[in-house]
Amino acid sequence: MIKTIKIGTASCGLAAGAGELLEILRKEAGDIPVLEVGCIGHCYAEPLLELVTDSGSVFYSNVKADEKSIRSVLSLAPEGRFSIPEKRSSKEMLKVTRLAGKIDPVSYDAYKAEGGFSALEKALAMSSDALVDEIKKSGLRGRGGGGFPTGNKWQFLAAKKADQKILICNADEGDPGAFMDRSLMESVPYQVLEGMLIGAHATGATKLFIYCRAEYPLAIRNLKLAIKELEKRGITTIGNRKVEVIIKEGAGAFVCGEETSMIASLEGRRGTPRFRPPFPTDSGYMGYPTAINNVETFGNIPLIVREGAAAFASVGTEKSKGTKIFALAGDIKCPGLAEVPMGITLAEIVYDIGGAEPGTVKAVQTGGPSGGCIPADKFNTPVDYDSLNALGAIMGSGGLIVIGQNRCMVEAARYFLDFTHRESCGKCTFCRVGTKRMFETLERITKGDGLETDVPFLEDLGKKIKKGSLCGLGQTAPNPVLATIRYFKNEYDAHVKEKKCPALECGPLVDVAIDKSNCIKCKLCIKNCPVGAVSDSFVIDNSKCTRCNSCIEVCPKKTISRVEKGSGYSAVSGQL
Amino acid sequence: MQDFSYLSAAGKERGALIKGLQMVQEKEGYISDAAISAVASHFALSEAEVEGVVSFYAQFKRNKPGKHQIAVCDGTACHIKGSTLIQEWISAETGIKAGETDADGFFSLSTVACLGCCSLAPVMSINGKVYGKLDRKALISILKNLRKNG
Repeated sequence: MIKTIKIGTASCGLAAGAGELLEILRKEAGDIPVLEVGCIGHCYAEPLLELVTDSGSVFYSNVKADEKSIRSVLSLAPEGRFSIPEKRSSKEMLKVTRLAGKIDPVSYDAYKAEGGFSALEKALAMSSDALVDEIKKSGLRGRGGGGFPTGNKWQFLAAKKADQKILICNADEGDPGAFMDRSLMESVPYQVLEGMLIGAHATGATKLFIYCRAEYPLAIRNLKLAIKELEKRGITTIGNRKVEVIIKEGAGAFVCGEETSMIASLEGRRGTPRFRPPFPTDSGYMGYPTAINNVETFGNIPLIVREGAAAFASVGTEKSKGTKIFALAGDIKCPGLAEVPMGITLAEIVYDIGGAEPGTVKAVQTGGPSGGCIPADKFNTPVDYDSLNALGAIMGSGGLIVIGQNRCMVEAARYFLDFTHRESCGKCTFCRVGTKRMFETLERITKGDGLETDVPFLEDLGKKIKKGSLCGLGQTAPNPVLATIRYFKNEYDAHVKEKKCPALECGPLVDVAIDKSNCIKCKLCIKNCPVGAVSDSFVIDNSKCTRCNSCIEVCPKKTISRVEKGSGYSAVSGQL
Repeated sequence: MQDFSYLSAAGKERGALIKGLQMVQEKEGYISDAAISAVASHFALSEAEVEGVVSFYAQFKRNKPGKHQIAVCDGTACHIKGSTLIQEWISAETGIKAGETDADGFFSLSTVACLGCCSLAPVMSINGKVYGKLDRKALISILKNLRKNG
């Protein structure tokens, strides 16, 4: 007997087709209630259905949106069943994401029934001082990447006397490749809000902002619904003061993740950073004392209050306590979200949880464009703030991109600098001009025009940009380049000295050729080439070819591939 | 003369400037010169100051977008999964590059930093609907279908 059907309709589920699936499911399910839930983190299995039966739950993954597939699921057929790989579940520790994908995200009652708001109740019975103390004792450090102790930040704000105090939730998750915060806001918005309200009590904040990037419409919708519900129930009244909770939508600027830029943006100005001091806790939004914490940090707060600081601190390493949510993506079998105890090794995350085959991975990039890459031979490093710093990478907000053996690290560095030089706000000369020069140099190298002096130039300029920039963007922008030079110097040398791209990724350094021995002359390549570079006799004119891979993608016999420029295949005839 | 009276819902505080601009873009699809003037007078700011804010944030468009707004994600995960090729294929199919709208105003193309659907990389969104795990075949059929259905 099926009691309830849960369908994951967070952004990743919807992108995988959960919307169409839901429509048909509603029709086919008859009287069985269908419940929309958030994301359980197994994005590779979306669209994902959980059928709650008398004898426990049965999961179905990658369910197709047609009646036949759905009827098969409703009959509890053995085909298509999904179970969390044991290798993965044994490494994970679901604390902050415990309820994600299990409950209706916007139902107050559902969250309450799972122990929601018991932490807020407990916190309100404590004095502000005791509460701040509890957070300090837990050892919680900012999950946005900086790793500043949350309790200390709250103590600074609590100590201020002012008629208005501001607490901001940084939901501007701008690191490309990170989606932990999106998932939390979409799946458990009440938990984030509970954390913020506890923060309001601890610090005496009168106004709470959530600065959420506009690219996350579903997160904004769910938070808005949750805020409305809390206001209706009077839960936003802390003691006898009514706390205002306001959502502000960002407008697409990476630098606004930096706290002083975010404040400028909230004030309706260009999001440029400013000198600190004064620190925001002294003078922030409109001059009022302000503290900014990340979404995941707030998501941890109810857990700490409910279970106690000691229980929280029993997980993790000496200086990094609790769990961390990672967004796994890139060249792995099982991309998605994974919550793991601090101190777990990168190997466990990449191989056991991500399902990557050892030997296929070249490196991981942590911390997005501000981070660095860590080569596969250093994967036994424990994941905590300090160990990653020591390797020239950063924990960052938790984006973890796995880079396969077939990728070019110089191209990866070029990509990151392309991003940062465009996102630089322009205030500091070193960041504005320096990142542009670094980008141009990398562009030159990937085109095969690199000079012998380029790599030393990049290293020198990179160090200067780090020193000469005011905010985190400039201070970290050169990291991807410096880290790739440190660990993959050989790839830079191949591009500069031999004019070769070992991974065959850099277009100008490769040719495209057809292996005629397997060609069945179906002409799909000729039809699909946008520039007419394939001749009627199946020869590719590499001077016309834009390396767009269209022919490689359409070839049914996989006879077309990228080859080293001027190698065995003749560039002129396109034949062996 | 266009009517921008809906701006009053944003309030007059400077802090609501970005909200006001977002309202304009939602309604008009982009920020026109007329909109800049209207927003400036609503918030009692100079036009230059409003233009300064508009040009700072990637979300704001100064050109009229097409009926179907394609946004190709160029986040890290999508990039290493081939978003550059996705862009090229779209350009080959529609004849436009990032930042452009085609002649009949049907498609416009832009790139975005990250849509947060990294596990389904490479992805794009068309008028807000996200399409994941794209390959060339899926991409072309999505565009062809839109063309067919108008």
